[in-house]
Amino acid sequence: MSTPDEKAPIDPLDEAALDAAVKAALDDIAKAGDLDALKAVRTQHTGDRSSLALANRGIGALPGPDKAKAGKLVGPRRGRINQAIAARQTELEAERDAHVLLEETVDVTLPVQRTTTGARHPIELVQERIADFFVGLGWEIADGPEVEAEWFNFDALNFGPDHPARQMQDTFYVAGNGDRDSNLVLRTHTSPVQARSLLERGVPLYIACPGRTFRTDALDQTHTPVFHQVEGLAVDKGLTMANLVGTLDAFARAMFGPEAKTRLRPAFFPFTEPSAEMDLWFPQKKGGAGWIEWGGCGMVNPNVLRAAGVDPDEYTGFAFGMGIERTLMLRHSIADMHDIVEGDVRFSTQFGTEI
Amino acid sequence: MPLIVKDWLADHVELPADLTAERLAADLVKVGLEEEAIHGAAVTGPLVVGRVLEMSPEPQKNGKTINWCRVDVGPEHNIEGSRGIVCGAHNFAPGDFVVVSLPGTVLPGPFAIAARKTYGHVSDGMICSTAELGLGDDGAHGIIVLPRDMGFAAEDLTPGQDAIALLGLGDEVLEINVTPDRGYAFSYRGVAREYAHSTGAKFTDRGLATGAEPSATPDGFEVRVQDGAPINGVVGCDRFVTRIVRGIDPSAPTPAWMKHRLEGSGMRSISLAVDITNYVMLDLGQPLHAYDLAQVSAPIVVRRAASGERLTTLDDADRALDTEDLLITDSPEGAGSRVLGLAGVMGGASSEVGDTTTDVLVEAAHFDQITVARTARRHKLSSEAAKRFERGVDPLLPAVAAQRVVDLLVELGGGTADPAVSDLDNTAETTPQKPIALKVTEPTRLVGVEYTPEQVRSTLEEIGCTVTDGSSVVEPVETLTVTPPSWRPDLTEPADLVEEVVRIQGYDQVPSVLPAASGGRGLTAEQRTRRSVARALAEAGFVETLSYPFVGTPEYDALGLPADDPRRVSLRLVNPMADDKPLMRSNLLVTLLDTVRRNVSRGLTDLAVYEVGLVTLPWADAPAAPALPGGVRPTDEQLAALAAAVPDQPRRVAGVLTGKRELSGWWGAGRAAGWADALAAARLVAQRAGADIIVSADPDRMPWHPGRCARLELTDGTVVGHAGELHPKVVEALGLPARAAAFEVDLSVLVAAASSEPVVAKPVSAFPAAKEDFAFVVDDGVPAEAVRMAIVAGAGELLEDVALFDVFTGEQVGDGKKSLAYSLRLRAVDRTLSANEVRAVRDAVVESAAEKVGAVLRG
Repeated sequence: MSTPDEKAPIDPLDEAALDAAVKAALDDIAKAGDLDALKAVRTQHTGDRSSLALANRGIGALPGPDKAKAGKLVGPRRGRINQAIAARQTELEAERDAHVLLEETVDVTLPVQRTTTGARHPIELVQERIADFFVGLGWEIADGPEVEAEWFNFDALNFGPDHPARQMQDTFYVAGNGDRDSNLVLRTHTSPVQARSLLERGVPLYIACPGRTFRTDALDQTHTPVFHQVEGLAVDKGLTMANLVGTLDAFARAMFGPEAKTRLRPAFFPFTEPSAEMDLWFPQKKGGAGWIEWGGCGMVNPNVLRAAGVDPDEYTGFAFGMGIERTLMLRHSIADMHDIVEGDVRFSTQFGTEI
Repeated sequence: MPLIVKDWLADHVELPADLTAERLAADLVKVGLEEEAIHGAAVTGPLVVGRVLEMSPEPQKNGKTINWCRVDVGPEHNIEGSRGIVCGAHNFAPGDFVVVSLPGTVLPGPFAIAARKTYGHVSDGMICSTAELGLGDDGAHGIIVLPRDMGFAAEDLTPGQDAIALLGLGDEVLEINVTPDRGYAFSYRGVAREYAHSTGAKFTDRGLATGAEPSATPDGFEVRVQDGAPINGVVGCDRFVTRIVRGIDPSAPTPAWMKHRLEGSGMRSISLAVDITNYVMLDLGQPLHAYDLAQVSAPIVVRRAASGERLTTLDDADRALDTEDLLITDSPEGAGSRVLGLAGVMGGASSEVGDTTTDVLVEAAHFDQITVARTARRHKLSSEAAKRFERGVDPLLPAVAAQRVVDLLVELGGGTADPAVSDLDNTAETTPQKPIALKVTEPTRLVGVEYTPEQVRSTLEEIGCTVTDGSSVVEPVETLTVTPPSWRPDLTEPADLVEEVVRIQGYDQVPSVLPAASGGRGLTAEQRTRRSVARALAEAGFVETLSYPFVGTPEYDALGLPADDPRRVSLRLVNPMADDKPLMRSNLLVTLLDTVRRNVSRGLTDLAVYEVGLVTLPWADAPAAPALPGGVRPTDEQLAALAAAVPDQPRRVAGVLTGKRELSGWWGAGRAAGWADALAAARLVAQRAGADIIVSADPDRMPWHPGRCARLELTDGTVVGHAGELHPKVVEALGLPARAAAFEVDLSVLVAAASSEPVVAKPVSAFPAAKEDFAFVVDDGVPAEAVRMAIVAGAGELLEDVALFDVFTGEQVGDGKKSLAYSLRLRAVDRTLSANEVRAVRDAVVESAAEKVGAVLRG
């Protein structure tokens, strides 16, 4: 650090000496490596004992005309030094801050989750998505009991007591009190909600019913005795099979993407006439896009309407039903039913809370 | 379900020569006959006709004698003029034409044939039996000698000839599924008709009377129908034709073509007479029975079983008969004294045609669908006859089918048709095809395709209906009078006819038109709450699972439920999946805990799981649901009775936590899940449901720890659930990690209790708050909730928030005491609180706490 001023105070009119003092100060400021050094430089070059301060003080002793001249020479030079110090101060503070924050660096790849992650069961999520689709069409969502009167599960749907189709369904029967039959079953399909909704809500009616159903199938890769279906039912004046097809196509697109479509094949169900099996065009089918069975459907059998007190000459309707498990397995490439029914948390966790 | 042999189908309808099983399946599915399976060719590879040249018996050490044979298998396959083959069977001789599977052949099994060393020879192929070719087991395990066993003429056979084509083993066979309404499709006649509908191919109905069927004669075998207990007023038998063929050669074989067709259709060849009745049944759809005439004593009486009667059926089962069973009986010791069979289901062993039968009595009858269906179901006998009768058989078929049987017995068995014929025929009264009035616009109304009247009429005629113009006086539109054909008992309503129109015209013609619904109200409050609760729990770290609702007494025992606990009252299934789980769960935890056990056993011990589902709460002495007919709206009283019989099935939410709630990690030790986590989750459920609840201790509620169980109640005292730590005994019994915690709350009750009124918003005050802290010393037994409520009561309307921030016990507060420290935030809506106001609240809080819970402000 140069200290030329200690030997000889600068003449406030000596322009060259003033410039030399400024240069010495600017050099020292530039050389100051940290805030402490800058503080010393500040004292040395702007303090009371600094050469420019002394020169400034010397102005007072000058004769009148020289005063003004010296003031114009000294003032701006002191200003330049102050500015340089401020600028260097800002620079050094930024350097210091950056250094401190750098030292606080953490490893952001460390595991951070301290609680287990929750998830919905995908069977529930699919049912909610389906419900959202139908609500979007202006339909309502109906619920019904799982332990159901045989009348709702069979008779109201045109399955007479001796109807062969009543035997096709592998029904869980409920024990009665004492010797008598209970005439209750675990519902074998969501279709009993058709009659319930018609009776409770009347017509016109547009409802979908996702829910749990039961048949005495042993659990294997593709079957489970406890499964889920969604039932759709629309009864109004002027509804046709074309409306059924339109609804199914829209539903298929909502669940499986814009390329999805449906195809009907003649079939038999006691509660619809005409009846159809519904195939789905499934672009993601293993081994190439193709048709796969998705569910059953048809125009509501007049006897079902009559059982609910609706005049089939005035109203027509369509109904359809499909398996939720099948829909889920197709949509998410699930190969084994066990994964869906066993309740292993690793299965649900894959799906999060939205699918 | 039926298997379709193509060349048999071609007897009824013209088929393209290159028709594949796949193409046939596609054609049939269009009209509603679904493909069940396509069975691959039974045999592939070099299966040829061989002629046995030499046969040397060679006794073996194991006591067997094998035959070392030289067989001529044709120049293409012979090695040095023949091949050497070892054969263990002896029922053939040099000179016989046999079937040889050469190395490279694959027989049903699949069983690949290769040359192999055996009994000191290289056996270069195999001489085949019927069983080995998949042609059914003839019981003797013998070698097929083609002329003897299959009816081929020796002069048509040449060594080296392709035996796959000869025996029809190379075709893929289509198996179809027949829906319950289409009984007629259980026959080649019916399938051919449908094929014609699908493709327009020329169809010949071989089930129609030709005029060759004789009328009943006075000396016909006497038959009486004496139905003392018709079901639903329908007499069990309305048609019974008998024919007699005498002098049949009992040893006459079933010809190869018939065997091939029967076996291709999935039916075993038994004997000529039986094969012929099966053949005609498959061909036309009429079940038939052949009796040994010598074993039947006139008259045949068709009657219901008497109580206590038994019958040994052809499957060797001795069956106790039910008074609803319709029987075929004969009369050795008085009319109807001996049971011959279950009508339309299965015959008995005693009157069966056998090895010595020369005179055959043929039965072709028509039985009531319901009678047959009930008997088949009751005796678990799903015979070919029952399958057809319960779906409905054409009542005009018996005479036609019986004539076919007679013709075949004469032609193939060398018999003579006896002129004696009986035909008991009441079908005109019992099964008339009722004409259906069909508005010609009805198909268009239901389907949404503009069918012309001509299309409607011609389609219905094509399926066999008789269509005449109906009266259009009443209706402004044209009405058709449609009489369905005799083989379509399923057609009873206009909608049935509409299905026929759209089915034949093509389902693919129906356009896709999304209907505009009348506008819905969105999800119900209950449905929205269900979602909200499920999502809240998932976002609180719980994983949703689903469990089967089936439980048994041991599961309730594991929960430690007392013997008289109402949760043991469960609905019982008649036919459960597992005998040890016959009950429907009365609570969710019982099955959710099983899910927890499965996860724990798979090494997943830090668990938080939940389930939302229904439980079943039956009441003692619940009435049975009324049995009511379909097609009629029940009365309001009947609907009420139905509702009363269906048990209450509320929706519950349950959760279980085990292991760590907060995990251990590089940050340090985690936190074990406990009672508080379970209670917090239960409170979260209630909060999301929008119900106010009060929590209190419940020392007597299994499966919970008596000191760590919270009871959740509505403000009116209704209990909505419990939460807390599980009882150590339960944890031990279930093998769960220690200190597992659980909750179960009734979502249905919570939803019902939640206010449906919109929240009335309170203004948010922007004035400054005053904070006041209190430390109260109370007796140990005073619940914190009671102290809080005392504070709330004392603080009045200026109280904005109260929080318990410390609980302290120790010497400073004294034995049997605890200190609870609360922080209160006070604020007014319209002003800054003055020091005096705050002091007044403070005094009121202290006074209220002292008065209500004996609290002393700590100095």
